[in-house]
Order: sequence, then structure tokens, then C-alpha cells
Amino acid sequence: MAPRKSAAAASRKKPAEKSGLNGGITEFDKATELKAYEEMLLIRRFEEKAGQLYGMGFIGGFCHLYIGQEAVVVGMQMALKDGDQVITGYRDHGHMLATGMEARGVMAELTGRRDGYSHGKGGSMHMFSKEKNFYGGHGIVGAQVSLGTGLAFANKYRGNDNVAVAYFGDGAANQGQVYESFNMAALWKLPVIYIVENNRYAMGTSTVRSSAQSNFSLRGNSFGIPGHQVDGMDVRAVHAAAVEAVAHGRAGKGPIILEMLTYRYRGHSMSDPAKYRSKDEVQKMRSEHDPIEQVKARILELKHASEDDLKAIDKKVRDVVADSADFAQNNPEPDVSELYTDIVL
Amino acid sequence: MPIDILMPALSPTMEEGTLSKWLKNEGDSVAAGDVIAEIETDKATMEVEAVDEGTIGKIVVPAGTENVKVNAVIAVLLEDGESASDIGAPKKAEAADAPKESADDAGGKARAADEEPEAAASGKVPAAPKTDVASDPDIPEGTEMVPTTVREALRDAMAEEMRANDDVFIMGEEVAEYQGAYKITQGLLAEFGARRVVDTPITEHGFAGVGVGAAMAGLRPIVEFMTFNFAMQAIDQIINSAAKTLYMSGGQMGAPIVFRGPNGAAARVAAQHSQCYAAWYSHIPGLKVVMPYTAADAKGLLKAAIRDPNPVIFLENEILYGQTFDVPKMDDFVLPIGKARVHKQGKDVTMVSFGIGMTYAVKAVEELSALGIDVELIDLRTIRPMDLPTVIESVKKTGRLVTVEEGYPQNSVGTEIATRVQQQAFDYLDAPIITIAGKDVPMPYAANLEKLALPNVAEVVEAVKTVTYRT
Ligand SMILES: Cc1ncc(C[n+]2csc(CCOP(=O)(O)OP(=O)(O)O)c2C)c(N)n1
Ligand SMILES: [Mg+2]
Repeated sequence: MAPRKSAAAASRKKPAEKSGLNGGITEFDKATELKAYEEMLLIRRFEEKAGQLYGMGFIGGFCHLYIGQEAVVVGMQMALKDGDQVITGYRDHGHMLATGMEARGVMAELTGRRDGYSHGKGGSMHMFSKEKNFYGGHGIVGAQVSLGTGLAFANKYRGNDNVAVAYFGDGAANQGQVYESFNMAALWKLPVIYIVENNRYAMGTSTVRSSAQSNFSLRGNSFGIPGHQVDGMDVRAVHAAAVEAVAHGRAGKGPIILEMLTYRYRGHSMSDPAKYRSKDEVQKMRSEHDPIEQVKARILELKHASEDDLKAIDKKVRDVVADSADFAQNNPEPDVSELYTDIVL
Repeated sequence: MPIDILMPALSPTMEEGTLSKWLKNEGDSVAAGDVIAEIETDKATMEVEAVDEGTIGKIVVPAGTENVKVNAVIAVLLEDGESASDIGAPKKAEAADAPKESADDAGGKARAADEEPEAAASGKVPAAPKTDVASDPDIPEGTEMVPTTVREALRDAMAEEMRANDDVFIMGEEVAEYQGAYKITQGLLAEFGARRVVDTPITEHGFAGVGVGAAMAGLRPIVEFMTFNFAMQAIDQIINSAAKTLYMSGGQMGAPIVFRGPNGAAARVAAQHSQCYAAWYSHIPGLKVVMPYTAADAKGLLKAAIRDPNPVIFLENEILYGQTFDVPKMDDFVLPIGKARVHKQGKDVTMVSFGIGMTYAVKAVEELSALGIDVELIDLRTIRPMDLPTVIESVKKTGRLVTVEEGYPQNSVGTEIATRVQQQAFDYLDAPIITIAGKDVPMPYAANLEKLALPNVAEVVEAVKTVTYRT
């Protein structure tokens, strides 16, 4: 598959000169486009279903949907290999599905049931999979940045060539421990990729209201950590940047920051009326930059697949999601003995 | 088969809401994702999106209806080829499959918020259960009482103190433009402007330190933590800087600052978002720790906290925010920090609780009075300094003591009270003291486990029966 350069570089700062970090987009071949389409669609449909189950009272507490941001995690994950670790905050369902965790187990955790990934003890914000190298699932804004740096520390310590990917939000980027971590990661050349998922808002606060420097790719400057802004709505751009960032990490060059320019369509959590932004703003992102629609349009234009083929993918995805919802609603609650297990060893 | 559209739950603590507006009429077709109605919860107005596509066959709950229960059928959607005549065919509402809050295996009752079925059914915001509450000596006889939510009381307290003193300001995440994550600071930005109502970045350790510094310089900051769980990011500044400066400076300067926000478990928000910090902060010399239950106490004590020359930890509770209590109508209603309130007088057993713990205590007291056990219930209100004399005086009368709180059992507020009571009133005790607390586990997410992890009314009742040897 000879990668082709794209003419359009979407909303990137620089025009596409080359592929990867400095603004380029590597075209996907047919198989990759279809894979990206299916994986993003799975996250979208899964999250829509989670929203419905919340409204029906099957899911309680906080539930933060990833709708709109699918390209970020899917594009990143496609550049990782076995043993690379992933860690994120509470907006985590997409990351779990992307790392290959089962929809059933994730949904059953959302409903607080026995066969959820944490046996119902964690819920939406706290799920983990040792098998898939997914390290959670964290509710304290910013905590995952230090933890992710620690995962990278372990890689370096063991002398393997794995990288750790730590995802965090534009709001989280203002926490002090983020900079303490940046310093250590740069000092010790740790193989960590910091992904700032800049979806423009931290709850109701837009980045310009919270951040003296709202170009988050520059936040590692004083530590000598390279950073790049990436069109996080275009899965090809994400992937191209991911490939280079991963190579940087594996080569022992230390940390790197990718600021993904993205957008969340839904409220911060289920109880956010989202009065801090206009409906037009949301509508514009949905209609002009939707990550899934972009892939779909290309697939149809390049005749990688027909409408019917895509419908078949849609159906497959819907079936997986419906099955997970069924499972999650009918799975029993955890046994009461679980209350006292897993506290200390 | 027509599809029932149900009243959705739109927040962790929502049980009912007002259906304020329909955006679609009967006969309109809707696609999944279309906004069909607007719902008001106690916190916000939210949009309801259609989940399925079809035609609105019937609007069951008209616009303007208040207190619509979550999962009630609000409209019926017709799918392709169906007509209004299909509605009403016997069918099982989807809600029937929704998880029902069942009594748990320990025989306990549901989460505090779920425990107001009568109130919810009668369509009122759950009010404080009214037993023969002893009159508060701090409120003059004959004062007019105004039903007020804890949320409003807290806001009023801050607004009054900000009006009275330009040095008072509030800072925290989402306190200004968003009107507070839990709407406690509603309206303050409009009245006081951005100089005094300050939105911060998500930077707890930083802005707690900024607040302490400003207090050292003589201002009177109110620092809101979105919840006290996040104050753990800031606990070093609270303890090492705020609590110790007066002592370390030989009395030259202190930190007159209030750290406030919701504390403890809400509903289903799991381990990292459900901790009670009453015992934690009460460990620290140099801090005052206040944890009110009623709206009147919330108001009077927050005003006192803002005026206090010391750092005050003010622990609120999300579940109590929406509850209504009488608040005295007075120009300047301030209560003393460090004084407990006898919530109900009684002669058989002393029960001590505070904050959300009072919701279990109050219900237990009612059940016990039906059994002929007359409990004296003391609302501690302040954890540090602790009003032990009021507790001791009561124990001398009853000879028995049960404490109730939601926090962890080891080194709890209850164990502290028990220690001091047995030291100072040992001869008066007729039974071992029982301390009821949350279970010794991180808060689980699953509904059944969460119920087990929290204290429940049944175990409080049991404890009282045990100390009165009625089992
Ligand atoms: C330490 C801490 N402070 C505050 C919160 C409450 N909180 C949860 S998410 C959030 C906003 C975070 O925004 P951002 O980092 O941009 O991530 P996004 O939600 O946009 O994905 C806040 C303030 C928290 N969970 N932890
Ligand atoms: Mg954000």
C-alpha cells in the first residue's frame, strides 16, 4: 500500500508538506479506511446506547460520552503494538473499545453488573483491563498523566521498546502534576506520548477562559518536549501523527505531546445542559467535521465500498451494541460478598 | 407496537423533574436525536432527545407538569404503519425492566435520596421529616420561618456576607459563568461581578494556595471545591499552609478562609467521588470543621465561617442540597461554630450525628418512637471544635450513646466521641457505645453494593435496641 499524500489538510495550521507530524495526512488504503470506519462507528453507537440506558435508569452516577472524539483514540490505537499501554480519564468508553475490550464487559460495568470489567465495582469512570494493557479509567482530573508517565518509566526500566499513551483533556492540562510529570519524563527520556484531547471545553469552561497558553502542543516547550497540533477529527491525521510519535518513543527520544483538536458533541456528562456554547457551534462541527462522516464520504467516493456494504457494517455494529446492552441489562448484580473483596491482598 | 417515551434520568441524583415544554406535537414525526422536550431538574433545564424514530402518537404528560417521576411514560411514539388506535393495547412499559431499588440483603434501606417515597409521591421536594424538633436557642421566639433549600441557604449566606464585606470573594471551578457545578453560586456573578466571583482552571492545589495567600494578605476568600474529593489535590495547602500559619508565625498572621463544597457520597459516583472528609480534617489542629444538616444551619454557620478568623472546612452534601427546611427570616442570622443543636429531646438513648448522617438518624428516631424508645438526637453541626459538653450532658441523662455517620469506621468522628465520652462520663454509661459508620470499603458503583456500603436506618434502629437491651 503506497501511502498517498492528501491535497486537503483540513484545519491544520500548516499546509501538508509531508506526512505525519508537520501537517501531512497519509491516505488510508481501503482496508484501513474500513477498519477506521467500523471502529469509530462502534464507539459512536455504543455511546448512544449508553446515553439511552442512562436515561432509563440502568446506568447511574456520572457518565461521560465520547461522541465526536472517536477519531482520536481510533487513529492512535492503530499505530500501537502489543504491550503498549493506554491510560485515560473518565471519558473512557471509547478508549476501552479501541484497545479491544469487549463491548459486553464494558456495558455491563456501566450497568454495575457482575460480568462488567470491574465486577460492577468501578462503573463508567473506572474500568481496567490488564490483558488489553488498559490502565483505566480515572476520576481525578490529571491523575492519569503522572500514572501514564509511570507506565513509561516501567518500560524504560525493563528495557523494552513499548510506549505508554496518556490521554487527558484541555482542562486537565492545567493541573500541576502534569508539569511535574513532563519534567521527569523529559529528564529521564521516558517513552510516553501525551495526548491532549482538546475538545475546547472543560465542563463549561472554554480553553481561552482557563488557559494562559491555549495552544497545548506548546506546553512542553520549557522541558524540551516536542509538541504538535493535529486535526483530531480526521483519523488519517491522527494516525500519521501517531506513527511518528510512537517511533519517537520507541527510539528512546523521550516524551512527545500531541494536541488533538477535537470536539465533544454531547454535554460534559449526562446532567450538563451545555448552555455555554451555541447549538450552531455544535451543529457546524457535526455537519462539517464529523470524523465518521469524513471516512464514509471518502469510502463512497473512492468506491472502497458501496452504500449497501456500509449498511452491512452498520448492522454488524448495531448488533454488537444491542447484544452488549441486552447482556448488561440482564446480567445479575455482583454478589454481595464482592463488597469486601479486592480491598487489600 | 407503539414505543413508550419515558421520563429520563438526567443526573445522578434526579428522581423527578418538571416537564416544562414539548418541542414536538402529537402527529409530528421525529428522528433519533431530535430534541422533543425540555425538562427542568433542580439543577438545570435539560433537553430530551428522541431515542427512536417515528411519529408522536400521544403526549401523556402535558407541558408544565411538575414532579414527573423518572421512568414515567411521558409520550407514546408510533412506528411506521401504526396509528393512534394502536395506543393503549396492553403492553409492558420498558420501565418495568428497569432495575428496581430492592431492599438489600442486610435488611437495610435505600440510599438517603431514595428514602423519601412519601414526599416524592405527594409531589413535594423532600422536606426534612418533622418530628418534635427542639427549638433552636439561637433563633428568637416568634421569628418568621421561610422554607428554603440547603442550596438557596448557602447561596444566601455567601451573598449576604459579600454584600457586607468587599474583602469576601469566591473562587473555584465553574463558580461564575456556569453558576456552580451544583448551582450553589447561582446569581453571584451577576450581582458581584468577575472580580469577586472567580472561575479558576482545574488547578486545586494551585488555587487553594492562591486562596491561602490572599487570606494571609487579609482578604476573606471562599474557595469552592467542586467536590471535596478533589480537595485531596489541595490538602497540602489546606493543612500545611492554611492550618499552621497562625501558629508558625507566633500569632502574627493566619488564614481567614473558607474551603467549602459537597462532601461524601452522592449517588452511584463510585470510589473516587464518594468520600467523607469529616474525620480527616477534624484531625488537624488549626482548622475548624463544620458539617451542617439543615438549611438554617447551613446558612447561619456559613456566615459564621466566612467571618471566622481561622481556616474553616465547610462540608456540604449533594443529596441535601435540594432538601427544604425552615430558615428564620432575620437580617443577620449567624450561628455559633462549635455548638451542637439538640434536634429532638428524649430520655432513653442519646444519638449523635451530623450532616447527611442526620437523615438516617431522624428516620431511625421516628421508627424507634413507634417502638416506645425515646431518643435524644443531637446534631453536632461542628466537628471541630467539638461540642462535647452537650453530648456528655445528654449521656448523663440517658446512659446510652449511638453515633451515626457516613464516613469510614476506623478513626471516625464516632470513635472520637466514644473515646471522650467513656473518659469523661464512664460512670454514667449503662451500655457500650455503638458507632454506626459507612462500611470499611471504597465506595462501590453497583447499586446493590453501594447500598450495603452506606449506613442504613435498620442498623441504626438495631444499635439503639442493643444499647437499650431491647433485642
Ligand atoms: C481533580 C479534579 N477536579 C475536578 C474534577 C471535576 N471534573 C471532572 S471532569 C472536569 C472537566 C475536565 O475537562 P477536560 O480535562 O477538558 O476533559 P473533558 O471532560 O473535556 O474530556 C472537571 C472539572 C475532577 N474530577 N477532578
Ligand atoms: Mg475538554
